[in-house]
Amino acid sequence: MSLTDRLRGVFVDALELPEGTDVENLTYRGIEQWDSLGHMTLVAAIEDEFDVQLETDQVIDMSSFKVALEMLRGLGVDG
Amino acid sequence: MTLFTLDQAAREARLLPELVELTEHHRANSPEYARLLASLGHHPGRRYERVADLPWLPVRLFKHHLLKSIPDDEVFKVLTSSGTTGDVSRIYLDKDAAAVQQKMLSATLRTVIGAQRLPMLLVDTRALFKNRKSFSARGAGVLGLMNFGRDHTFVLDEHDQPDLDAVRDFLDRHGDQPFLIFGFTFMTWLYLYELARDNKLDLSNGILIHSGGWKKLVDRAVDNAEFRRRFTEDTGLTRIHNFYGMVEQIGLTFLEGPDGGGLYCPDFSDVIVRDPDTWEEVPVGTPGVVQVISTLPRSYPGHLLLTEDRGVVHGIDDGVWPGKRFSILGRLPRAEARGCSDTFTEAAA
Repeated sequence: MSLTDRLRGVFVDALELPEGTDVENLTYRGIEQWDSLGHMTLVAAIEDEFDVQLETDQVIDMSSFKVALEMLRGLGVDG
Repeated sequence: MTLFTLDQAAREARLLPELVELTEHHRANSPEYARLLASLGHHPGRRYERVADLPWLPVRLFKHHLLKSIPDDEVFKVLTSSGTTGDVSRIYLDKDAAAVQQKMLSATLRTVIGAQRLPMLLVDTRALFKNRKSFSARGAGVLGLMNFGRDHTFVLDEHDQPDLDAVRDFLDRHGDQPFLIFGFTFMTWLYLYELARDNKLDLSNGILIHSGGWKKLVDRAVDNAEFRRRFTEDTGLTRIHNFYGMVEQIGLTFLEGPDGGGLYCPDFSDVIVRDPDTWEEVPVGTPGVVQVISTLPRSYPGHLLLTEDRGVVHGIDDGVWPGKRFSILGRLPRAEARGCSDTFTEAAA
């Protein structure tokens, strides 16, 4: 499975997104599920799935699906 | 990297031009602020020699005036504070302002907790977030700090009872390495200190960040020194940092130094303690009303605010970190707080 697909799966599960959500274009606070509380759940789920530890500034900077994807690539996570 | 580097002269030199620029920015973008400045006699182009001479607003004005410097369609977040009378302050942030405040809070706290997110014990209850659509001010405060931790564990259960098993489990998993503790001061004392003391819990690897004032602990005769002493003696906790901040200057956190000798100002900020009758700055050691100064607020004119708190500067450039070293002494009596605002409003009328 590609990194994008895996991350999409994490978003859908962690934020309990309805089917058909345009996950790849999501931004923080762009939908009601991705509020500050959802953000905590999402970060924990990403760390579990990809076995990474994000620093505080990375958590704060993770403002969209695309940013999260780039961040994981930067951490050396691939498909 | 730390944000506690500027001595008082360097700080004043850096802040003055930035604050003058901010004042003009807000004058140009907030009609309500421009009107207040004009009525106070602070006209465009006026020169200022000192930060203390710049015009400040009583924090209470954010409850009754629409003070924002961004168009409606750029409002990303509206923060509210609970007031004693039910009035709330409204603080308007655009996307940039929301990001900047998080960044600066992070940079400030990094000084004492590092860049890594540590396992985190929260002296509060998960029930805070039961109603997802509307958190209390307390909930918002807790949530803002949760970014700094991982494996968040709540000390209180859903019924606000200390959850000894949860705390024990947490310490079994993380107690042998640095971990973070956050709580409001009185809750930390009532629920964590007593729990740890009575059950001989070892908090020696903890870093405690706490805020909220001592009023609720007065009848227990617990002040800052006693709080630190007893936590250290009875639980092994030595890394304790009180902090002071308010929603009206979001992103600014005055942080207690490692030795407990007072609160310090991050490099983009300062405090001035004023005499409540003359509004002149009082000498070191003299209590007065606290004015808080920050270069962060661009989306609302909150860069120079008179709080409703009493405080005292203990010293300047004489502590573990440079700049002013101060304490908050408590809230102004209500009538006096209202008086401050009334004086201002009359002057502005």
